[in-house]
Amino acid sequence: MSSGPVLYDVPGPDEKRRERRVSWVVGALLVVVLVVLGWRLASNGVFDDRWRILVEAPPNFAGYQVQDIWSAVFRGLLNTLLAAVISLPLAMILAILLVSLRSAPWRGLRWLASAVIEIFRALPVVLVMLFGILVLPGASPLVAVVFGLVVYNAAVFAEILRAGISALPAGQTEAAYSLGMRSGLIYRTIQLPQSVRMMLPSLIAQGVVLIKDSSLGYIVGYAELLRQISRVADALTNADYLLPLLAVGAAVFVTLNVLLSRLAVWVQRHGRLQRRGARVARTATLVEE
Amino acid sequence: MGSLLASRAAVWDAFTTTLFLAVTAGVLALLVGTLLAAMRVSPYAPLRTVATVYTEFLRNTPLTIVFFFFVFVTPSMGFTFAYKVAAVIALTCYTSAFVAEAVRSGINSVAVGQAEAARSLGMSFGQNLAIVVLPQAFRTAIPPLISVLIALVKNTSVAGAFSVLELFALSKRLTNAHSSDVIAILVGIALCYLVICIPLGRLAAALERKAAFAR
Repeated sequence: MSSGPVLYDVPGPDEKRRERRVSWVVGALLVVVLVVLGWRLASNGVFDDRWRILVEAPPNFAGYQVQDIWSAVFRGLLNTLLAAVISLPLAMILAILLVSLRSAPWRGLRWLASAVIEIFRALPVVLVMLFGILVLPGASPLVAVVFGLVVYNAAVFAEILRAGISALPAGQTEAAYSLGMRSGLIYRTIQLPQSVRMMLPSLIAQGVVLIKDSSLGYIVGYAELLRQISRVADALTNADYLLPLLAVGAAVFVTLNVLLSRLAVWVQRHGRLQRRGARVARTATLVEE
Repeated sequence: MGSLLASRAAVWDAFTTTLFLAVTAGVLALLVGTLLAAMRVSPYAPLRTVATVYTEFLRNTPLTIVFFFFVFVTPSMGFTFAYKVAAVIALTCYTSAFVAEAVRSGINSVAVGQAEAARSLGMSFGQNLAIVVLPQAFRTAIPPLISVLIALVKNTSVAGAFSVLELFALSKRLTNAHSSDVIAILVGIALCYLVICIPLGRLAAALERKAAFAR
């Protein structure tokens, strides 16, 4: 339903005027709400000097430079992303292992793999991280964070891949069998690669979730973005500075994830076009023969 | 295992707190999210813009940041909430963005002819949406909505890190008090989550199969 409005008529001149009027009223209402909110915030000093923290350190803290603030924030961001970057490939590898076990020829293994997937999909990531930090011997906070992210996301990735495999046209597998391929070979060379490709948009979307979840490290004491921000605010003994610092952090997260989501949409569209192109090419050769 | 059984009253309290957070935020998020989805398909540009910006922003922000904002930052802006209230607000804000996306994809899956037929009968946008499109959209949106709610149940655990004593906070407290019994405690707490989430997941899968047959 994306092409043109279907829920309402293409507006005629009267309707257009009415629409414009309503739009203006709604817009004006929004502006009023924003102004009231802004006024309320301003009376609490939200727009006063606390934003200066982003350009200069407060004068009464000798030796505290604005560079220290920015480097603390960016170290936090880097730590967050580090956890995500380590976890992503590990989760993918584990997911491929799990989904392969799930279609293994031994029933016990299949059952075990689906139990593991089911259980870890249903657990909160922070609980798994807590488990990591308390139970894994000598685990640093980073290891615990990676552990939680990998275990949970591997289960989700495995589910996505399984959905991809079961959505493949049956003809793919049948054709491979008719060529005399064994089931293991079919799985490795026919089913899994096509599933990864077909599910790439979902996989990227889950990657965004993984990046967001890496900020849960805050809860298990990993020195990520939020932890660093509250450290800066603690060092300056002023909670007012949390707002501007958090605004910077949130902006970075949103930008990164919006870009990744766009990538997912692009991959989806691109993949579809490519497949259509392939089909056209095949028909052409058929006609020639 | 013993320490978990010994504090079963506390576990029950924490379990109900988790359920309370999930149910309250879930109901609110369903309402707000449906409203957002309706705004996104409405003929009025300002409403569309507001809804789009809201969903894009909150879908791409970590929940921890949302919690951090409502617990630590808003007091410095002149708004102070009780911890539980802050948790419900944060969870509702975050979840409603996902609800809006699920409902919107449901709206997109309704056959175009339905909306066209409603329009040709002279229905207004509001009638069209409320009587014809949304009821059908919800039918296809129910499995993804249940997934969103499952995620919500798991996300309540973040509230535990922001001074609400629910299952996750309790697991932290208990493991601190009984360090010899860590694995049993964590497994027990995990079971509490599984009891909620796995049946919900099964329900979603069953409904999905049913919807697939119906179509």
